[in-house]
Amino acid sequence: MILSLLGEALAAMAANRLRTFLTALGILIGVAAVVLMVAIGQGTQKQVGESIASMGSNLLIVRSGAPRKGGVHGGAGNMPTLTTMDAQAVGQLARASLVAPTVMGSVQIIYGPNNWSTTATGTNADYLSIRDWRVIAGRDFSESEAMSGVRVALLGQEVARQLFGDENPVGKSIRVQRSPFMVIGVLDAKGQSMGGQNQDDMIIVPLVTAQRQLFGTQFQGTVSMVMVQARTPADMRPLEQNIRELLRQRHHLNVRADDDFRITNMTEVSETASEVTGMLSILLGAIASISLFVGGIGIMNIMMVSVTERTREIGIRMAIGASHRDILIQFLLESVIITMAGGIVGIAVGIGLALGATRMFDIWTAVTAMPVLLAFGVSMAVGIFFGLYPARKASMMRPIDALRYQG
Amino acid sequence: MSDLLALHDLSKDYDTDAGPVRVLKNLSLKIGEGEFVAVMGPSGSGKSTLMNIIGCLDVPTSGRYLLDGRDVGGLDDVDLAKVRSEVIGFVFQGFNLLPRATLVANVALPLVYQRIGRNIRNVRAASMLERVGLKDWFNSLPPRISGGQQQRVAIARALVTEPRLILADEPTGNLDTHTGRDIMQLFQTINRDSGMTLVVVTHDRNVASYATRLVYLLDGRIHYDGPVDGFREEEVA
Repeated sequence: MILSLLGEALAAMAANRLRTFLTALGILIGVAAVVLMVAIGQGTQKQVGESIASMGSNLLIVRSGAPRKGGVHGGAGNMPTLTTMDAQAVGQLARASLVAPTVMGSVQIIYGPNNWSTTATGTNADYLSIRDWRVIAGRDFSESEAMSGVRVALLGQEVARQLFGDENPVGKSIRVQRSPFMVIGVLDAKGQSMGGQNQDDMIIVPLVTAQRQLFGTQFQGTVSMVMVQARTPADMRPLEQNIRELLRQRHHLNVRADDDFRITNMTEVSETASEVTGMLSILLGAIASISLFVGGIGIMNIMMVSVTERTREIGIRMAIGASHRDILIQFLLESVIITMAGGIVGIAVGIGLALGATRMFDIWTAVTAMPVLLAFGVSMAVGIFFGLYPARKASMMRPIDALRYQG
Repeated sequence: MSDLLALHDLSKDYDTDAGPVRVLKNLSLKIGEGEFVAVMGPSGSGKSTLMNIIGCLDVPTSGRYLLDGRDVGGLDDVDLAKVRSEVIGFVFQGFNLLPRATLVANVALPLVYQRIGRNIRNVRAASMLERVGLKDWFNSLPPRISGGQQQRVAIARALVTEPRLILADEPTGNLDTHTGRDIMQLFQTINRDSGMTLVVVTHDRNVASYATRLVYLLDGRIHYDGPVDGFREEEVA
């Protein structure tokens, strides 16, 4: 029974192809917008999650402090209060597995005719382990090299490309701030950091070398940051507390004094970030849903006009035996088919746009089944909801009035 | 001859802004199986209202209407639709074909509402179109054929369900005299060959002359009921 009415619905839609298409277009755009926006939201979520994960797992970051002085709040890292000795002391804590004190600064690097301005990170051998970063050519520097001030360097991918092109940098000599350094290794590609910097655009040198030879006056035995990896996720909070107590004691801070350092728990940062990006997904989806809703109103509008325009047709159908229910089902089928077709094409368009956005604008997108199925379900529900009133209006007509109607 | 339809003391009121107006007044009428009846009357005499009630498109305010022994006065919309679908075939003045459907699809349409499968529908529709002389036009659209041909399609559509009763409302009203005569001859043939009961509403005396019985309405009442040639319209005035 539904089948023969389906035939009537399809025939009526085919007879009005342009109108059918335009109506479906409203739903198509709405569904495509929902799919695209949610894909962008989830892509961002994934990107942020991955860049936080790329920092390293179970990570606490201790920055040398920003003490309050006369109400002026200096930025973290401006006042080097942490020392290499502090870092070593933190390393003795039972819950800490790896500790990497670091200093950072801008440097100019020259190789042959090429020169490149980048960031140098001075740190120890644990740094790469904490950040789960591999050396893909050459070797890592040894513990003794890290503590001795030899002039060796590991190059990030970007730096290697800029200075050496296709040449193998390992074993070559470069000049960093006029001092000769030996390239001992090249790092794996790491991509963008959370802040949007290219993490491959940097070099790594031994901590002592950086302190003494690159940033001599700025960091005399001090470090700007200490990365600490806890043994297990459960150790994170207790370790944070242990470090705080240890450093306060070492810096001779009395009970009322503020910390002269800051500890960032990266697990908490990651949780907050995923909460925020999750909200972003929902927000984008909600905004896109408005266009789906507008598309639904478009359906209702068209169906209302269609019912009025086809009053006579409805009258004819009733006179030759269609019941109210037949008319109701036919009109409802029309709107549901339109929204379903719009929904299916909209999903395809949305996924296509998401892939296109990734390829052309480097926007992270992630298409998952849930929002796609949801968008499809909603588009069908929209068809039923917004089609029901016009369909009811059509079915409630009295045949003699409908037949008499001069359209 | 058994009665196909019987109206007993039937009245119909319409609500207007000036209050209810009684269009049919205690009207009684019987039509037997196989009769060819013309219903005439001036405008406002109630012939369209009578037609709608006989066709189960409308229900009487009071009185009884028995169609094929069934009381259809108290039926709800769904049952009325079923009666229209199974017992009655309509032919209208304005043809009332679906302009965007082919002739076969138009003729097959009543069978859709009888839940008959597509293949059988199309076979029956095609044979009906053949019967009214439109063998070569199956897949044409109504606007592409003449008015006379469109009315033939409408007749084929009315016949396709093999109804007990065909109701025609001014079937020649939109046609020229010559084509109108062809259509009336077609009705006559259908009545004679298959014994189908026909009720034709018209204001045209020539059209009525094809029928075997004339019912003349005046002011909501039956003014004359008898043989077509026993009535002089001038007597009314």
